[in-house]
Amino acid sequence: MYVLVLQKTLIYAIPLLIVALGGMFAERSGVINLALEGEMIFGAFVGAVFVYAMQSAGNLTSHPQLMFILAILIGGLSGAAFSLLLSFSAINLKADQTIGGTALNMLAPAIVCTVGLAFFNGEKITMPLSTNYAIINEDAPDFLKIFIDKAYISTYLMIIVFVLLSIWIFKTKTGTRMRACGEHPQAAASVGINVYKMRYLGTTISGFLAGMGGYVYIATTAGGTAESGVAGMGFLALAIMIFGNWKPLGIALGALLFGFLKCLGAVSSSIDILKSIGLPMYFYNIIPYFVVLVVLALTAKKSGVPKAEGIPYDKSTR
Amino acid sequence: MRKFFSGIGNWIKSLFCIHDDKEPRLLTLSKKESTRSFVSSLVCILAGVIVGFIVMMILALASSEDQIYFSDAFGGLFTMLAGPFTAANAAFSFGNMIFYAVPIIMTGLSVAIAFKTGLFNIGAAGQYFMGAMGSLLVALNINCTGNDVAGFFVWLLALVVGMIFGMLWGCIPGLFKALFGVNEVIVCIMTNWIAANIVSWVFSSEGLKHLVNTGSGKSGYLIKTAVTNTGTPSLGLGKLFGNSYIDIGIFIAVALAIVIYIILNKTTFGYELKACGSNKHAAKYAGMNEKRNIILSMAIAGGLAAIGGALYYLNPGIELAYKAAYSKLPDNGFNGIPVALLASNNPIGVIFAGLLLRYLSQGGGNLSAFGFNQYVADIVVALIIYFAGFAKLIRDVLVNRQKKQTEKVLAKIANTVKNETDSSPVDTDKQYVIDQDVLTDEETQIDEESQEVEK
Repeated sequence: MYVLVLQKTLIYAIPLLIVALGGMFAERSGVINLALEGEMIFGAFVGAVFVYAMQSAGNLTSHPQLMFILAILIGGLSGAAFSLLLSFSAINLKADQTIGGTALNMLAPAIVCTVGLAFFNGEKITMPLSTNYAIINEDAPDFLKIFIDKAYISTYLMIIVFVLLSIWIFKTKTGTRMRACGEHPQAAASVGINVYKMRYLGTTISGFLAGMGGYVYIATTAGGTAESGVAGMGFLALAIMIFGNWKPLGIALGALLFGFLKCLGAVSSSIDILKSIGLPMYFYNIIPYFVVLVVLALTAKKSGVPKAEGIPYDKSTR
Repeated sequence: MRKFFSGIGNWIKSLFCIHDDKEPRLLTLSKKESTRSFVSSLVCILAGVIVGFIVMMILALASSEDQIYFSDAFGGLFTMLAGPFTAANAAFSFGNMIFYAVPIIMTGLSVAIAFKTGLFNIGAAGQYFMGAMGSLLVALNINCTGNDVAGFFVWLLALVVGMIFGMLWGCIPGLFKALFGVNEVIVCIMTNWIAANIVSWVFSSEGLKHLVNTGSGKSGYLIKTAVTNTGTPSLGLGKLFGNSYIDIGIFIAVALAIVIYIILNKTTFGYELKACGSNKHAAKYAGMNEKRNIILSMAIAGGLAAIGGALYYLNPGIELAYKAAYSKLPDNGFNGIPVALLASNNPIGVIFAGLLLRYLSQGGGNLSAFGFNQYVADIVVALIIYFAGFAKLIRDVLVNRQKKQTEKVLAKIANTVKNETDSSPVDTDKQYVIDQDVLTDEETQIDEESQEVEK
């Protein structure tokens, strides 16, 4: 039973983890990335188009894991490319970042529906073959089952990326400079840091992570079918980022907590103890959101919000 | 008669030319702040439409087997710009455009008033759901078949109850922000999903079985307000516009927009809200209760979004898909954000922004005649919002152009005056007057700029 719970927890937690880290990268560099949802949708869409094309051509069908990794990477790259639209308006043209983010959130589903209807006969893209990404090892002993049965290679990949990037932003020279641009860009500029470049770096990494998270999400929950939405995961990731107080450790905790509570609803019908209580599914659905609110109310302290986030950098101001 | 026409002629001439040693009237007009916002909005819309046109050309080129011809892109462009008017039944399409604009005008107002207080109300979707739930609980439980007067009062009660539900729901993010200092965005996102689940939960409970539509082929829907005769009155508007959904909701939306405009711009309370939004520390220092203002602003925002939800679902022809509610948040809730942004949070502008969005999407619905799908209109709307972010940039360009033109005109005036003074020395003080004009003009220019910088 606990195997099932852990597996389900990871399915929800991993996309949240990686996308929330993406949000942190953008905000730490001083740009509010409200477009996480749009970037996820776009990344998932392009990743799905890639897999569709490969499967139609009969390439790589016998190597699902390689295909999965390639699709995640392509999803990430397209998410990064999509985020350049936000970077351009927010950094170069000093536009309101909320407007740019909202526009991208509307643009991504519109593109998916338009292209889907024009070339894939529907508002979503269903794969011609099944995407057998899950690793099956049913004979493994119980303890190992958690890690290698019905597991996805993306889980480990994303955890590695999460750890590496978290270390990078806090321990390296470039990472520290990027954070400086989110706290006080004028001070950063006065010591010779190129604020524009650093903010571009932050938002592009953010878009990359969101795009990867988008494809991972549809691959692990919807069999690789790209739709015009990701069930609000992008906004949830934004909430997890705020919950984690703009810090990787907090984000990891938040994502795991949320994923665990979320999976309670999903497994409530298959676990006898929960079934015997007889509460409706909606009750378990509400729990994760409710618990997050209670935890926030109890632990609210000095916020770790980057001081210059959302404020366009203007060279001529002090 | 002749005098009259020459008067008109002179007036038109004064639009473009220097008259009575003053600058052309058009230049004076273009210096007004409202003209500038109007022109920059127009530029945003134009830019969005042009890029949308390019998208259609690309789609036409990429389509296989000559399904869409290149020339169809032009047809598509005009269809979209014509909005509801190229539909087979234009009156019907126009009526629906008005009806579908009401909820996004309301959620737009909700987002706008929160923005003015410095809060980002991304929770309009949840408040919208709560409003729908509250009003439907009243309207569907009281059967007024055959009694139109009672039906009207039940409808009014339903609207008020929906609004109260939304206000209470909107209070939650405000309370969390004011009491615990929690970021309102996260609370809004969480309460959205809680509201969606509550709606599904409440309407699937045993006690409310009689509200569910058990008709054939229906599953997961509530009955319509037409059944209990408690729907929003349409006062014959529906008949006038080809039996479309249009009802008096649009008048309520417009009236509320005006009320919000008056509150924000003419009352002390509105001033306090705006002061809290501009600088909450300064507002606190000036003796305003910033916590109270945050909670009140969110409550009003919640009430407005809830009225949007109530007006949408109280329409006699609309039914709520309660079973699927928990899995997807309503688009009308989120579309309030682009509406408010497009109107730069001006309550009156919100009306026009909401209508514009629906106008374009009605036009998008007719695009299939040229082989495009309706989502092309969504792309155009998204692009318009994207370009709306550049409004400030466009305004800056306008200001620069006006500055140059003003200098040119002033130089010209000064020149002619100089010539006149050369020939007739009686007019010496005229030069002085003009100089003063130049001075005041430059001063106002500088003042305006410094104000913008402060903003």
